[in-house]
Amino acid sequence: MGLYMVKRILQSIPLLLAVSFFTFAFIQLSPMDPAEVVLHAQGVPKITDELIAETKTALGMDQPFLVRYSNWLASCLQFDFGSSYITGKPVWSQLGPALFNTIKLTVVSVAAIIAVSIGFGVYCAWRAGKMIDRSLRGLFFFLTSMPSYWLGTLMIWYFSVKLDLLPTSGMDSYRSYILPVALITVSYAGIYFRIIRSSVLSNMNEDYAMYGRACGLPEKKVRARIVRNSLQVAVSVFCMAVPIILGSTVVVENIFAWPGLGTLSVNAILGRDFPVIQAYVLVLAAAFVLFNTASDILNAALNPKLRNDRS
Amino acid sequence: MVNMLEIRKLTIRERSTGKVIIPDSSFDVKKGSCLAIVGESGSGKSLTCRAIMRLNKPGIEQAGDIWLGGENLAKLPEQEMRRRRGRRLCMIMQHGMRAFDPSRAVGVHLIETLAEHFDWSKSEMTGRMKRALESVRLNAPMDVMNAYPHQLSGGMLQRVMIALTLVLEPDVVIADEPTTALDTVSQYEVVEQFIRLRERLGSTMIFISHDLGVVRKIADEVLVMKDGRIVEHGTTGAVFTKAQHDYTRSLVTAKLSLHQHFRQVMGE
Ligand SMILES: Nc1ncnc2c1ncn2[C@@H]1O[C@H](COP(=O)(O)OP(=O)(O)OP(=O)(O)O)[C@@H](O)[C@H]1O
Ligand SMILES: [Mg+2]
Repeated sequence: MGLYMVKRILQSIPLLLAVSFFTFAFIQLSPMDPAEVVLHAQGVPKITDELIAETKTALGMDQPFLVRYSNWLASCLQFDFGSSYITGKPVWSQLGPALFNTIKLTVVSVAAIIAVSIGFGVYCAWRAGKMIDRSLRGLFFFLTSMPSYWLGTLMIWYFSVKLDLLPTSGMDSYRSYILPVALITVSYAGIYFRIIRSSVLSNMNEDYAMYGRACGLPEKKVRARIVRNSLQVAVSVFCMAVPIILGSTVVVENIFAWPGLGTLSVNAILGRDFPVIQAYVLVLAAAFVLFNTASDILNAALNPKLRNDRS
Repeated sequence: MVNMLEIRKLTIRERSTGKVIIPDSSFDVKKGSCLAIVGESGSGKSLTCRAIMRLNKPGIEQAGDIWLGGENLAKLPEQEMRRRRGRRLCMIMQHGMRAFDPSRAVGVHLIETLAEHFDWSKSEMTGRMKRALESVRLNAPMDVMNAYPHQLSGGMLQRVMIALTLVLEPDVVIADEPTTALDTVSQYEVVEQFIRLRERLGSTMIFISHDLGVVRKIADEVLVMKDGRIVEHGTTGAVFTKAQHDYTRSLVTAKLSLHQHFRQVMGE
């Protein structure tokens, strides 16, 4: 198991390198000359060719591609993602706090998604085919298929404007979390709810459930076994939910003006602030790789078959 | 001889459609004897056995009486029925691999089951289980108990179920095709253990099998099912030599010709 963990972590390193390379390379493909963007962003009135050349040298953009990439990578590893073209401040000074705010929103949302999807998934599986199961499945399907932008606006209109119960935007108190978390949960819980429900259902039909009952074990114990085995599948799925939600907050943050990565990245894209965009993409991609690794390790740790066989 | 189990007018339906799967089934199993149920796939053998345990899926509805030593199991409240399962009626499943919780060591299930039915101390349960496992030729009982199901073979797990039955000492043992999923050698070992189980416990047994060779070896009586109906019921000798029903005859001759074919192939 320890060996597997080390192996799995080592495997993620080339993947991270590849991700960073493509992040860097894609930005280079942009038709805009970064030097021009910088000068525009700084409000320089007249952009001459000399000025562009000077800026290029200052930004180190006259060097060969691979040299620039390795310099960039080396500084990224120290959380130095360069300076914003627009504000001139280090990217990390903006990205750090925004990332922290997004993580707060993500953690609360993922916790809510886990609670809702396990609760309803297990409940519906026990009552599969009954009226309540069919209604809940229909409701989840409906909510998942609604565009979050529209649903979010509707929620703001109803809870914040009409009933005046909750703040419309910002991140001031725990009450600010309610609407964004509810929106993310409602949009994503349906997927995980379905996974849990079908996992419980398939475990209910397993022979071990029947044999447990045939041995006279109480229904509670049999069900506990079923739920434990069903959730094993779900652990890795939930692990992958973290980066997915982390990336999906773009929409939600922009609806609720949450001062997080989503808001920052949209502003960066509109302002063509390449270092910020690069850092955002890198952070998200790294989150995907890391959580993918964590989910594999967790899966192996929970599954005795994997735990023993892959040493 | 007294009857241990009397099934009366057992009817099994599919709840949603009302389709009758087993129209009206009545039979007895004598105390200490072994009844084999044979019949083609889908004839309702498993459904009948699960109905005796009252363990059919919620989509299946059953009616009729199941008398176990003067007590009608069909009329018991679920809570009472649960106490009978394991203690008075034991089941042995077809797939040993799938019968145990895959994420727990095999011993966990064994000890939990014993704790449910007896007031024994932990060490007494382990001790009895250990001896039972040894008696079914599982020579490293502690290793078996600490193993996860996937680390053991199907035949070993089958014998673990037999060992648990030995400790539980039920009145009736129900085995649903316990040898079908096994290779020839494990099959032989498991059948040996079934014969010894009967000798040691003197318990009544229902044994579903497709293998008429095994049936001949282990059963006192044979019950033949076709499309949910009992078409023949008699002593093993009678059913094999002078079957009354065409279907049974075809079953027996098919088996015999297969046997002869096998012998020819093997050059005997
Ligand atoms: N859960 C269920 N819902 C509906 N019909 C079922 C269900 N389980 C079994 N049946 C039907 O009942 C009939 C008898 O099934 P059963 O499993 O008892 O057959 P069997 O004699 O044990 O066959 P096999 O030798 O293949 O094990 C089959 O025709 C099957 O389609
Ligand atoms: Mg069957």
